[in-house]
This record gives sequence, C-alpha cells and structure tokens, in this order.
Amino acid sequence: MTTWFKTPDHAREQLDSTGYLADPATATTAYLAGELGKPLLVEGPAGVGKTELAKAVARSTGADLVRLQCYEGLDEARALYEWNYKKQLLAIQMSGTGGHGDAAPVWDDIFTDEFLLTRPLLTAIRREEPTVLLIDEVDKTDVEVEGLLLEVLSDFQVTIPELGTISAVRRPFVLLTSNATRELSEAVKRRCLYLHLGYPDAERERDILLTQVPDLDRTLAGQVVETVARLRELELKKAPSIAESVDWARTLIALEIRDLDPEAVSRTLGVVLKHSSDHDRAIRELKLL
Amino acid sequence: MSGLVDRHVAFVEALRAAGLPVSLAEDVDAARAITRLPLDDREILRTAYAATLVKRETHRSAFDALFDLYFPALVGAGRTAREDEEVGDDAGPQDTGPALKDFQQRMAEAMSAGDRDAQLELAIEAVGTFGFLPGRGPRMSSFSAYQALKRTAPEELVAQIVEGLMSRGLDEDSARRRAAGTIAAFRQMVEGDALRRIAEEKGAEHVAKTTVRPTIDKLDFSSARAADLEQMRREIYPLARRLATRLTQEHHSRRRGPLDFRRTVRASISTGGVPLVTHQKPKRPHRNELVVLCDVSGSVAKFAQFTLLLVFALRDQFTKVRAFTFVDHVHEVTDHFRPGADVADVMAELAAATSQAALWGRTNYGRAFSKFTESYADALGPKTSLLVLGDARSNYSDLQLDVFADMVDSCRHTWWLNPEHTRNWGAGDSAAPRYAEIAPMVECRNLTQLGEFVHDIL
Repeated sequence: MTTWFKTPDHAREQLDSTGYLADPATATTAYLAGELGKPLLVEGPAGVGKTELAKAVARSTGADLVRLQCYEGLDEARALYEWNYKKQLLAIQMSGTGGHGDAAPVWDDIFTDEFLLTRPLLTAIRREEPTVLLIDEVDKTDVEVEGLLLEVLSDFQVTIPELGTISAVRRPFVLLTSNATRELSEAVKRRCLYLHLGYPDAERERDILLTQVPDLDRTLAGQVVETVARLRELELKKAPSIAESVDWARTLIALEIRDLDPEAVSRTLGVVLKHSSDHDRAIRELKLL
Repeated sequence: MSGLVDRHVAFVEALRAAGLPVSLAEDVDAARAITRLPLDDREILRTAYAATLVKRETHRSAFDALFDLYFPALVGAGRTAREDEEVGDDAGPQDTGPALKDFQQRMAEAMSAGDRDAQLELAIEAVGTFGFLPGRGPRMSSFSAYQALKRTAPEELVAQIVEGLMSRGLDEDSARRRAAGTIAAFRQMVEGDALRRIAEEKGAEHVAKTTVRPTIDKLDFSSARAADLEQMRREIYPLARRLATRLTQEHHSRRRGPLDFRRTVRASISTGGVPLVTHQKPKRPHRNELVVLCDVSGSVAKFAQFTLLLVFALRDQFTKVRAFTFVDHVHEVTDHFRPGADVADVMAELAAATSQAALWGRTNYGRAFSKFTESYADALGPKTSLLVLGDARSNYSDLQLDVFADMVDSCRHTWWLNPEHTRNWGAGDSAAPRYAEIAPMVECRNLTQLGEFVHDIL
C-alpha cells in the first residue's frame, strides 16, 4: 500500500505547495481517500477545480496521472481494454501459410498480452508506479458504463474473460468528477467517498486569484472577489465560478484596468456571465448604469 | 472508546431516520475513517463523516443539523459560564435592564467588527441568559431561541452596525448587506445553540425527531417557507437539466429504428466484410403539444408556479407549450415565458397576472373550465396533451363535469396534478375524487415527485 498523505495537515501543505489551495474539508477528504484506499467522488458546479484537484494530488505526490474522459457512448473498448483484432488476423494468416494441421495453438496464442490494447482503466491498474486515475465527468456516460466501473472501484481489478482477472499491482488514487447533471447510481456512490466542492470563501478565493494571476494587485483581487460574490448571490442561470474569476482577473490585467469601478465592470461583464438574461439582471441589481 | 461507538451508532440511526440512505458498508467506512484521524478537531470529524455517509449535496443540511446535535461543540454554557459566575454576586436579575443594554452594546460591537468567535460566544450567552425557560424540576427547564432573539432583538442594531461598518470604510450599500448577513448568521447561531442545549437536557434523539426538516427536494410545497421557496426556485434549472439529460440518454438507448444499411456495411469492412454489428437509424422523436391549465388561487399558487417553470424549462421536448392560469376566469400566460427569460422576473410577472384570472376571487373550477372551452377551444386538439394543476377545491360550486369530460375527450392525454396528500382528496370542498374519475389524478407534493412525473410523461 502506498501512503499518499501522512495527515490531513500534511495533505493540505502538499496540495498548497503545488499551487492548489485546498480548504480543510478537501484536504481531509483527500487524505482519507488515500488512507482508506477508496475512490473519491467530487461533485460541484463547473469550474471550481474538480479536475484540478486530481492533477494537484498527482503533482504533490509525484504520481502519474491517467485520465479517462467520459462522454456519451463511451464503452468497454475505450475505457477498459480491446483486442487488437487486426494483429490477431495477421497472426492467424501467418500461421495458416506456415503449415497444415496445427491451427489449435494459434487460437490460444492470439489471446495474450501481446494482442491486448490497454485503455485508461486497465492501464491505471497495471502500472507499478504510483498512479492517480482521474475519471472525468462521470455523469456524462451511460448507466451501463457505471456497471463497468464497479469492479474497478471496489476491488481494483479487471476481469478479461480470455485472460482471467487482473488485480492492481499497486492501488491507484482514484478520483471521479461529476457535474451532477445526472444522479449517479447508489452502487457507485456507496463505493466512493464523497466531496462536494462549492465556491470558496472570499479570503481563499483572493489567495487563489493571487497564485493563479501573479501580476494581480491585492486591492484589485479583493474587488474582483467581492463583485463575484455579489453576482453569486443573485438568481442567475450560471453563477460565475473560480475559473471565471481567474479569467476576469486576467482580462483586467490585459486591459490594464487598475480599479474595478462600475464602468469597468459593465465593460468586462461578458467574461463572467455567459447568458444575456444574467447580464441584464446583473446590470440592474448592481446598478451599473 | 465504547462511548464513541454508541454515539456513532446512534448518529447513523438518526441519519437514516432523517431519510439519508446510509448502508452498512458506508457505516463501516465511517468508523474506519474516524480511527485514522486525529480526534482533536471537530471539523475534521465532521468532514470524515460527511465524506463517508453523505453522498448527495441536498442531504448536507440535515447532516449538519444532526452532527451538531450528536457531536456538540461544547457542553452546558461553555466558556461564557465562567464569566457569569464572576459577576453572579451582583444584585438584581441577570436578564433585564442594564444587563440587556450591556449585552446589546457588546453584540453591536462584535457584529460591526466582524468577529465571528465573539458572535458565537454572544449567541451562547444569549440563549443561556435570555432564552432560559425555568422548569419546576431538574430536566424540566428548557431553552427558547425565539425568546432569546425576541429579547435581545438584534434587528434593532442594524443602524448601529451599519454606522460601525461605514466608519471602517465600507460604502452604505455593502454595509447594509453585510449587516443583514451578520444578523441572519447570528439568528442561526442562536437557533443552533438552543437546539444543542435542549438536546443536552432531553437527549439528541428527542430533538432529532422533532426539528430536522426534510431535504429541499422532499419538502412539501405547501409547508415551504420564503427561504425554502427561493432555494427551490434555484433548483428548477438544475432539475430541468438533469431531466433533459436523462431523457436524451434514454431516448438514445431506445433508438431502435430501421436498419441503417450504409453504416452497417461500412462497419463490416473492419471485420473482413462480415457484418458483426448492425447499426440502426435513429427513431424520430415523438413530440407533443402541451397545454397547461393551472389554478393560481392562494392555496396552490406556489405549486403552480414551480410546475410552470419546470415545464417551460423543458419546452424543447414539446412542439408547442401554452399556459393558462385561472381562479374563476381564464387568462393566457404563455407570453411571459420568453426563451432565456429571467426566472425571478417571470415569477413576479406571473404573480401580477393572477389578478386577471380572477373576477370575484373565489376558486371555481366549473366556471374556469366552461370559460376555457368558450374562449380557447382551439388550444385543444388530437395532438395535444392537457395538464391540469390544482387541488380541485372549488368552493362547493357547480363542477361542470361534462364540460371537463369534453375537454379530456378532445385531447390525446390528460393528467391532473394535485399538490395535496392523497388522504385529503375528497375532504371538505375538494372535488378531487369526482374529477379523478374523468382524468387520471397524480399526487405531487414536492420537487422529487414533480421531477418524476414530468419525466414519465415525456
């Protein structure tokens, strides 16, 4: 068993050192996921740093990241493994031209490691180095894929009918992310630890901005954070998340705006709000005109 | 350690009672997690329990409430008690006159300084001193958050706090917002602390049973408070998005149209010309027109608004949606739902439009149905689905059952959503059983039921 983090505080320091400012809950949960050897399901709105957490865990522990991006129509052949049938066909033809009779051994030969194409899930399980397995946007897949994940998530093994069961040499740190566009099945949730990542508090968000946008001035960062916090209080279709505040800070730097006055806000609001009705509402509520 | 195990088991039991699906495996995980952690920090314990037991964000508030009851931050009056003893010898009662004045002064200072720890201590003190309800014997006394808040009256301090904040360089607008936020947080602290003390007196189980509210998606529309309604409204778009995703996925998995010859042959090339996998053409989705007819009289207005919002959020699943509201007269409100319109604005416009659906202001289903057939008969046709929303309480007026039966006959489908519990159908002036004979009536009391229903009809 690998030790990922020694204590919750250690987890926090390690993540901090890679530039990912984790709150205590995130650090504790990441520590627990490593300590208990359980997958971690991270849910939350888009752009709060769910994928980034996996990358930070990988960076801070010196592990490699194996990523499975989920999408509708993802299947076994692209998530787990596939037989390289072209190579198999060639092997059969080669042996067929060699001589008569003994075709039987070939049938066994074509189902070996040589003809196996490993996909992310199997790759992560077979690796001998420390590995972080990121299963991104798991809510985008079909329900059948969840069933496929169950064996990997609970026992860290994959069963290939022709080869037998392959168990993890070294347990990877598994992190699943979801935008909650669909309720995941109880079976998956039961096997995972759960963490909800929301919007950070003002102080943490300012620190995040300052680490992500080095040229940013402290007062301007404070103004951005305060305005974004007010926007989140409004009833918007899509509230701005951390990714948007970072973009906003970068925009302000690029436009050389040093002070976020109402005029500057209304000029650059398009960076933060992506719906026209949200735009109108923000202008009305923040009294920008 | 055995005390901790008992606590743990009782806590898990309470979570289950509050509707969180905690399995045995998760229970064991939680127990394993807490043995691996330093137990000197309460927040770490909370995080460990949350990570292992709570798998849905909507359950989080119920979890937090129960965690505070079963693992309280302090016992009795905590740190504030010592101060009380020091001044305890002074003459006069502790909870009136100058003591109250002094308390309010300290509260205003702590709030304008934004000192959360001081506020928390004040909240504890407020419950202990001003919210104490003496009982006749031991274990008979109690605490009241209502009493404490009424006597210390944090609202009276708004002006003072705003002034204090403005002297620190905030402009008036943000000072006002900050003050309102601080006071709301203080109220919550007081309420939380009162619960904690009652739990200490009477046992956590007792309090857990009576005070933990159902999660927002299981909360009845009729028993929702103003804050709940706002939260529900924020849930509408995510709910619509979840439903739409689920629907597309299900439609895709059911697309078994005719054989797509071209794609099948194309795919067979990679297997040496043998068609191992067949491909089908996608089935053309079947879409309906929808007419929503909803009762917007006081008793069911909130429910009707939610359903309308959800239906319009899902409008691309229908070819056309028309909405009508009624009390005793019918009024079309389709125009209020512009694509991409702001939810809050639409709600305000709907509320304003209610007056046009009422002539005398007494709900009359019979009259509403006959008016509808008079003015908008063209809205119903063989391709239309009709959705009626209402509690079928018609003030003992003529129900016009035959008019309604005609409407049902002219549509493809009819459903009736009733926001009342099934056991109340037919009680008092409810005509639910009689209308239910004509059109299928479904109970729909909370967001979960609403989501399920909308999913089923699509």
